[in-house]
Amino acid sequence: MNVQRSNLIFAWILLFPAVLYVAVIVAYPLVDTFILSFTDASLKKVTNWVGWVNYQKIFNATFAEVIIRTFIWTFFSVSIKMIIGVFGATMLNSAVPGRALFRVLTMPPWIVPMAIGIFMWGWMYNGQFGMISGMLQRFGLADAPVAFLAQGSTAFWATIITDVWIGVPMVTLYMLAAMQAIPQDLYEAAWTDGAGRLYRFRRITMPLIVPSMITMSMLSLISTFNSFDIIWILTRGGPSGETTTMIIDTYKTAIGSNKYGEGAARAVLICIFLSIFCVCYFRLTSRLSSGDKR
Amino acid sequence: MKQPPMLINRYKWYEIIGIYVGIAVFLTFVLAPFVEGFLVSLKPLSQLFSSPYRFIPENGSFEAYRTMWISVPGFARYIFNSFFISTIVTAAVLVLVIPASYAFARFEFKGAGVLLGAFLAVNMFSGAVLLIPLFRLMRTLGLLNTYFAIMVPGIAFLIPSAIWLLRTYMMRIPRELDEAAFVDGASHFYTLRRVILPIAMPGITVVAITTFIGSYAQQFIFALTFNSKTEYAPLPVGLFAYFGRQEVVWNELMAASFVGIAPAMIVIFFLQKYLVSGLTAGAVKQ
Repeated sequence: MNVQRSNLIFAWILLFPAVLYVAVIVAYPLVDTFILSFTDASLKKVTNWVGWVNYQKIFNATFAEVIIRTFIWTFFSVSIKMIIGVFGATMLNSAVPGRALFRVLTMPPWIVPMAIGIFMWGWMYNGQFGMISGMLQRFGLADAPVAFLAQGSTAFWATIITDVWIGVPMVTLYMLAAMQAIPQDLYEAAWTDGAGRLYRFRRITMPLIVPSMITMSMLSLISTFNSFDIIWILTRGGPSGETTTMIIDTYKTAIGSNKYGEGAARAVLICIFLSIFCVCYFRLTSRLSSGDKR
Repeated sequence: MKQPPMLINRYKWYEIIGIYVGIAVFLTFVLAPFVEGFLVSLKPLSQLFSSPYRFIPENGSFEAYRTMWISVPGFARYIFNSFFISTIVTAAVLVLVIPASYAFARFEFKGAGVLLGAFLAVNMFSGAVLLIPLFRLMRTLGLLNTYFAIMVPGIAFLIPSAIWLLRTYMMRIPRELDEAAFVDGASHFYTLRRVILPIAMPGITVVAITTFIGSYAQQFIFALTFNSKTEYAPLPVGLFAYFGRQEVVWNELMAASFVGIAPAMIVIFFLQKYLVSGLTAGAVKQ
């Protein structure tokens, strides 16, 4: 009894600093966002309670567009990441010479400071002298230089591709780990039964990595939804708002125009979406892990 | 544990070609920006802005690596800032996270699950969402335009994943070890310091590396918003100011980028084995 209690106290002493720190720097601001969203706070003005005004203001056609765009952007980014990641993991899981080196070579986009990777993409997309435009012209696919970041449609895809590029190493390594956790005897048994390589991939590998794919998609969904650096550095939400996602819009409103209250209302909306994703994620992972035990 | 090569892993010649082509395509996508960035850093300026586009530089030189120290003003300072910030952040995260992970790994107490879940949830709210209140908080604390404005929020957002990673690692250390020390009369703190810490060192190293890299990567948004002084700007923000100019000297920007990422590259090269296992340990082993 006494030992138990001293254990408990000790555990809390160990936990307290980390918990307190996160509570002050994350939990308190979360509450503050919620409160701010009902005020007209700005950089200088005295703060007044305004009720639902900020929320009423954001429900207009432009913002609806921003929401829809955010979801489309996220959907494509995550899907492409997953496709390329599973493809890469499958390739890197093959027992060919040099694979250890190839695995290392997938890591740079993940490990390098994000902003610097984005600068490199910024150059590749450069309208006058960039590599992609240059290559297109070289191979006769474009007559004139293509300024990818200056037109809405291409800028939209350009930011998605850069986001995919940054996320792919994580997805690949995670999927690779999932593939390596599959017991070899399953493959051997299937092989003895005369199953071909493609059949084994479809019937053994795929079903067994689906739980990891779902987990990874959810994690990727959350980070993509939150993605700020890529769009801000490449386009700052432009041209004419066509790469403005919810995060970018919130930043522009709050920090760019100093409208904290309106920005906070947008942030609350983002938090609601994120919470929904979180709940889905917890549900899925707990269901999947309980499924494992059975 | 090398296993004998299995018959099923033997590829036919065309399968091997297919795999290598697949890997080549995949790695081309992953590495293209680096290759192109590096080639640009070698090009003389005249070639950079000439048409038609030329992939391989002619008369390439490392000239830009010399000139950028002058033309990217404050470059050395940005590098120092980035390293300084990441070092402090990593140290702070370790100090907070090592005891917490030990508590989560060893003691069963009410609310442990909820607390772990809460930490995981923190991971999902990026700094970008909480920027406004964090800005107000930093202002109230008088931390705007200091190193702390970049470090303080950075630490908070790196704690959760560090706890999850280190907890998983510590759970794999046999319980008997610290129980034996405890039975022998060692205090809790003594056990943690003298028994657990040494054994957990590889795990702590992985956490330190991932935290350092994570801090280096996340410096952009906090530094951009909470700090307007170039003397405290970390590399991403310092280069962003340069990147945003009307006339960017691209070969110098790319040279600066490569000097900036060289340390990270060296780290990966030496520690990739631990990083891959560390990155996936928490995910697969649960």
